[in-house]
Amino acid sequence: MSADTLIQVENLQKYYKGGEIKALDGVNADIRRGKVVVVIGPSGSGKSTFLRCLNLLEIPTGGTIRLDGTDITDPKNDINLYRQRMGMVFQHFNLFPHMTILKNMTLAPVKLLHRSQAEAEKKAMELLARVGLADRANSYPSQLSGGQKQRVAIVRALMMEPEVMLFDEPTSALDPEMVGEVLEVMRDLAKDGMTMVVVTHEMGFAKEVANHVMFMADGKLLEEGSPEEIFSHPRNPRLQDFLAKVL
Amino acid sequence: MADWFLKVKKDFITCFLEKDRWHYILQGLGNTLKIALVAVLLGVVIGTVVAIIRSTYDKNAATMRPGIVRFLLGLGNAVCRIYLTVIRGTPVMIQILIMFFVIFSNARDGVPVAMLTFGINSGAYVAEIIRGGIMAVDAGQMEAGRSLGFNFVQTMWYIVIPQALKSVLPALANEFIVLLKETSVACYVAVNDLTKGGEIIRSITYIQAMPLLIVAALYLAMVMFFSSLVTRLERRLRGSER
Repeated sequence: MSADTLIQVENLQKYYKGGEIKALDGVNADIRRGKVVVVIGPSGSGKSTFLRCLNLLEIPTGGTIRLDGTDITDPKNDINLYRQRMGMVFQHFNLFPHMTILKNMTLAPVKLLHRSQAEAEKKAMELLARVGLADRANSYPSQLSGGQKQRVAIVRALMMEPEVMLFDEPTSALDPEMVGEVLEVMRDLAKDGMTMVVVTHEMGFAKEVANHVMFMADGKLLEEGSPEEIFSHPRNPRLQDFLAKVL
Repeated sequence: MADWFLKVKKDFITCFLEKDRWHYILQGLGNTLKIALVAVLLGVVIGTVVAIIRSTYDKNAATMRPGIVRFLLGLGNAVCRIYLTVIRGTPVMIQILIMFFVIFSNARDGVPVAMLTFGINSGAYVAEIIRGGIMAVDAGQMEAGRSLGFNFVQTMWYIVIPQALKSVLPALANEFIVLLKETSVACYVAVNDLTKGGEIIRSITYIQAMPLLIVAALYLAMVMFFSSLVTRLERRLRGSER
């Protein structure tokens, strides 16, 4: 394990129905600080399950996940504390519909990091300004477009000052004309040196922004490498087949 | 015809104006409202707790790690199911008789006993209403809350329950209306509610129709009043969505 490893995944397994279905079948991964890892693969390949295991939204059947050297799959460790250090963005945004945008963003830092409401609101307004949504602070999620919701979801996660951001198909539920604005925010985030793990079907984004690409199929990590290696010189036939279909 | 009107007028005066007998009705009305209101509040508290335990068990027990938490949750779920089965499976009349003559046989004032009885009874029905509300909140809301670092209880409290309650508010208001009428059985255990008020007048004056019809009219008026509030509430809730 190298010194700049933030998350180290070893032999991760997730079985359903007592092993009949193997959603993850022994995946190893090394997520480095400040790098962007993009996970690609056909649907049902286990890439979302992999991501959701990283912050234990899915409890792995076996294997270990180390955050900064601590095994977070150990039941003795308080997972809530580790989740505070890992932001997550969902396909369907999952904003809280009964709260304003500002309240969506300030709830967690005020309750969990014990920030004052004023302090949290100041930070929220800064972040909203960064994604061009400062004027929507007092709107409710239902009044926003999909792209706006997803940008809010990203900055809501950033309010907790996470060390790593997990993106679970962040643009898959968006209308095509809104994909760009969300990718733009993610690109900026990467430029600022945020560690990111992104499950996506946006191959353009993967090629351009990723430092490392993982190709998964049938719950296994079949090939990984730089974007150049994966997209220009794929070796695994499954990957070649997959790229032929999506590119 | 004129005779009939004269008789109605005379009955009305005997029943309500003579010796200020309307006090029985007014006091009864107050007690009925008090019992129904406290009972529905108690019912919401009990119902929410039961609903949380039941829905948590239904959603999570299968995937939880074995241990003390899962054991306690299973135990809580079993207790809740027994509560629901017993309360919903026996008449409220019998429940209040048991509460009054067995459990609180020394109570001097029937009103608190009635509040408690109807609260416990209502809790069972409210629990299923709220459980429906909780189950209807998108699973992504729980995941979003947990991913920010909130624990299960915090996520329930800040995120899931407010949404669940909002969506079942009209159903809860209807439960209050049902309860309002149901409290009339409390008159059997000497609680001075609206029904009892009418019964007292009936037994003093030996006039049958007048007190009963007036009591019925008052229940109807209250129900119509609260129903119109529920309708307005439903309209407002719809308005605030998108």
